[in-house]
Amino acid sequence: MSVDATLSFEEAMEKYDPVLGFEVHVELNTKTKMFSSAPNVFGDEPNTNVNEVDLGMPGVLPVVNKAAVESSIKIGLALNCKIAESCRFARKNYFYPDTPKNFQTSQYDEPIAYDGYLDIELEDGTVFRVEIERAHMEEDAGKLTHMGGAAGRIQGADYSLVDYNRSGVPLVEIVTKPIEGAGSRAPELAKAYVAAVREIVKNLGVSDAKMERGNVRCDANVSLRPHGRERFGIRSETKNVNSLRAVEHAVRYEIQRHAAVLDSGEPVIQETRHWHEDTRSTTSGRPKSDADDYRYFPEPDLVPVVASREWVEELRATLPEPPAERRKRLKEAWGYSDLEFRDVVNAGVMDSIEETIAAGASADVARKWWMGEIVGRAKVADVDPAELGVTPQVIVELNKLVEGGKINNKMATQVLDGVLAGEGTPAEIVEKRGLAVVSDDGPLLEAIDAALAAQPDVAEKIRGGKVQAIGAIVGGVMKATRGQADAGRVRELILEKLGVEG
Amino acid sequence: MTELKNELIRHSAADLAAKLAAREVTAVEVTQAHLDRIADVDGQVNAFLHVNGEEALAVAAEVDAARTAGGAAAEELHALAGVPIAVKDLIVTIGQPTTAGSKILEGWHSPYDATVVKKLRAAKMPILGKTNLDEFAMGSSTEHSAFGPTRNPWDLDRIPGGSGGGSAAAVAAFEAPLALGTDTGGSIRQPGAVTGTVGVKPTYGAVSRYGAIAMASSLDQIGPVSRTVLDSALLQEVIGGHDPFDSTSLKDPFNNLVAAARVGNVAGMKIGIVKELHGEGYQAGVENRFNESLQILKDAGAEIVEVSCPNLKYALGAYYLIMPSEVSSNLAKFDGVRFGLRVLPKDGPMTIERVMGATRAAGFGDEVKRRIILGTYALSAGYYDAYYGSAQKVRTLIQRDFDAAFAKADVLISPTAPTTAFKLGEKLDDPLAMYLNDVATIPANLAGIPGLSLPGGLADEDGLPVGIQLLAPAREDARLYRVGAVLESILEEKWGGPMLAKAPDLKTAALGSAATTAGGSN
Repeated sequence: MSVDATLSFEEAMEKYDPVLGFEVHVELNTKTKMFSSAPNVFGDEPNTNVNEVDLGMPGVLPVVNKAAVESSIKIGLALNCKIAESCRFARKNYFYPDTPKNFQTSQYDEPIAYDGYLDIELEDGTVFRVEIERAHMEEDAGKLTHMGGAAGRIQGADYSLVDYNRSGVPLVEIVTKPIEGAGSRAPELAKAYVAAVREIVKNLGVSDAKMERGNVRCDANVSLRPHGRERFGIRSETKNVNSLRAVEHAVRYEIQRHAAVLDSGEPVIQETRHWHEDTRSTTSGRPKSDADDYRYFPEPDLVPVVASREWVEELRATLPEPPAERRKRLKEAWGYSDLEFRDVVNAGVMDSIEETIAAGASADVARKWWMGEIVGRAKVADVDPAELGVTPQVIVELNKLVEGGKINNKMATQVLDGVLAGEGTPAEIVEKRGLAVVSDDGPLLEAIDAALAAQPDVAEKIRGGKVQAIGAIVGGVMKATRGQADAGRVRELILEKLGVEG
Repeated sequence: MTELKNELIRHSAADLAAKLAAREVTAVEVTQAHLDRIADVDGQVNAFLHVNGEEALAVAAEVDAARTAGGAAAEELHALAGVPIAVKDLIVTIGQPTTAGSKILEGWHSPYDATVVKKLRAAKMPILGKTNLDEFAMGSSTEHSAFGPTRNPWDLDRIPGGSGGGSAAAVAAFEAPLALGTDTGGSIRQPGAVTGTVGVKPTYGAVSRYGAIAMASSLDQIGPVSRTVLDSALLQEVIGGHDPFDSTSLKDPFNNLVAAARVGNVAGMKIGIVKELHGEGYQAGVENRFNESLQILKDAGAEIVEVSCPNLKYALGAYYLIMPSEVSSNLAKFDGVRFGLRVLPKDGPMTIERVMGATRAAGFGDEVKRRIILGTYALSAGYYDAYYGSAQKVRTLIQRDFDAAFAKADVLISPTAPTTAFKLGEKLDDPLAMYLNDVATIPANLAGIPGLSLPGGLADEDGLPVGIQLLAPAREDARLYRVGAVLESILEEKWGGPMLAKAPDLKTAALGSAATTAGGSN
């Protein structure tokens, strides 16, 4: 296999303007398949979640899964699409053993959702609108595993194994209009777009949205044109791009490869490309032209899907707040800086913070606990922060104990450890571990006297106005009281004792 | 005993049901009589591809046991329990092979029952076996069966019609009182016409298609085959109704069919002669019998009106675009990968495409290939609008023609087929001549309306059966049964008995033993 020439990304950008397009397939998490009553379950023993319909036995007929239609309408609405009042399925005819009927039941000229858009926020806050051409329903194909031969491809394989468990799993294919004007941010936009789609379908609860399981799969179309030209260049379609990082890399790679092809004066070949994570490059798949003839025609075994306006509005009313809008709202409400908020989102604790605030904590306190204490512990335990075992109520209680002067921050972290160790509620742990702050000045004054006596030179410095030296005395007191003193109070008492203004 | 058996096979299903209920005969006796008849005559007729004697007798014995037990078990029995039936081999059955008349399915056993078969089992109707048909129901003579043609009991040198020649011939030859057929362009009605039996294509969606191997999904419909109009009504009530496994099946039932067949008058009904469905191109003897039936209905108090459906002249053309288009897609699944025949290429590389190609080349007959190629072409990019698209528009126009006609008439009437049964081989090399046989039956499939064919007498010139077709608006199947039953009773009175009584005796027991294993079971 020859290695394709590439230009540097910067040079490619200097010379050419990229145009992108995406087809994102979303597997729905309905209980049963798109057209049969067989279970829609991932990861089971091959060819167990099938019935005669999924196997395309003679005489079978499809029946549309209403739950899948509902999910599709929700996706359409979340992508700001129009929902067709009536739409039909069509047959896409082609012979291939992953499709038992040798046609795929899909939608062709009558998608259930069309003409939408999605506003994509890039890392620096720039918002880029991606126009959605359509979102249509279809069925997934079976999974082929090619044994022997090179590169796991059917060509040259000794034999191939077919798992029809995936055959008939409901899919929604979301197709963008050509995306122009992304410029050098095309790879970043690609990643952000797919991430946004994944987040939306997850937020809607209609898909498990796990890219590693193929719940969300992306085909990325890339073409280049010289700056200033309106007509699109010839595109390639990179298949099998199944992680966010890979989407970014694949688009970047294809831009660089196209640029090199165009620079050499050759035309870009319209074809599918296969993405290889190991080499971070693509290789040629099969030639694809617009003349590929699938002999589409309306599926005569299915009556049209009718989506009454009442039903659509009912579904619209159930939609959760769009993730991007929610983020915007929360960031403003909490008063976090851009950086703080991004860290919260990246750490995956936005929901937990929201719940903690709802439970009575301030935004800053919630952030302090989740980002300062829980995220780190979760990383060590290798679980999601929300699954570590700290409830918003625990944090609120801990914070009350601190603010009430009952315990200090250092003790609070010990109490947190106690909670995680299952020792009880924070109040119980304070009690059991004997962690209450020493608030009686008597024992403190004794400890202060001892500390000042132990370090007379430091005491002298403080008296002379070097208040910053006080830390050494405070430290001595804290040590003597095994950390149970309120450091703030200790500081006050020392200054009082030495007759110095803080 | 033999005489008794001979008598039993000549009864209608309704009579058999009455005798069974009255315990004059047992279901085992009735079933055995038909199995004996199959053994006696099917070597000549070749109506059956598979005979299901053991299971049929077991079901019959269950019915008898329930009757003997009495009480709830007997009361719960369906009216047709114990009345045997034959099933067209396009309809899948557990426990028996299903071939669709094709080599490509030879030896295949379905892992599931068609919905109609489930209903037959629920009614405890013994299934005698699977009947012959043109391969995948494509043909008008049963000559396109991969397992040899079925012969017309009226003249063994003639065709029994098609595609459901097996079901019609089985009923005409008294091998079964009832049978199931499928009708895509006339495959129930035209065989009914040429064998002197009754055949009904119900309203599209009235009977579930789940488990009928699809030929053209938007046209296919399962329906009854019988010797009397009432029997077909009884059978349609067994097999009809909504099926959640068929999204094109109608939601609300309309099972007033048996009652309609018993109304017994047509006074005041308007019966429309379709101008385009008789006259030129129709055999003189067919026209004569047709006119005779018109006179009878008029005498019985019906008003005869003439209607015109001008777009029917495009029906055959539209049908031969829509049907093959759907065929080309429906038959794609027969590729040797998952079930049925698998043929490996003789030489060259062993790729999946080549195995699929070799399997389909060897497994499909010429007529099937002809239609797959026609349909593939009609659906191709650049041709779709001109062919499939235009045909769908014609279909709409035909539906409108019928709507207009039914504004003037309650029921439409025409000959079922333009000619009586032709000789085996006569039209085999002339597909177009073969296609023309369905000119009067195809419009009902395109419009989704119900149609019934009943015996209208024998043509003067050849003494062969002529069929009269009745058409009604969608969901008005009951009208067919009402008018059909009246016409039938007056005609039978005129003939002095059923028309089939005039059919020649089949030489019995000549080749009897060959009947049980013909076809796809081995």
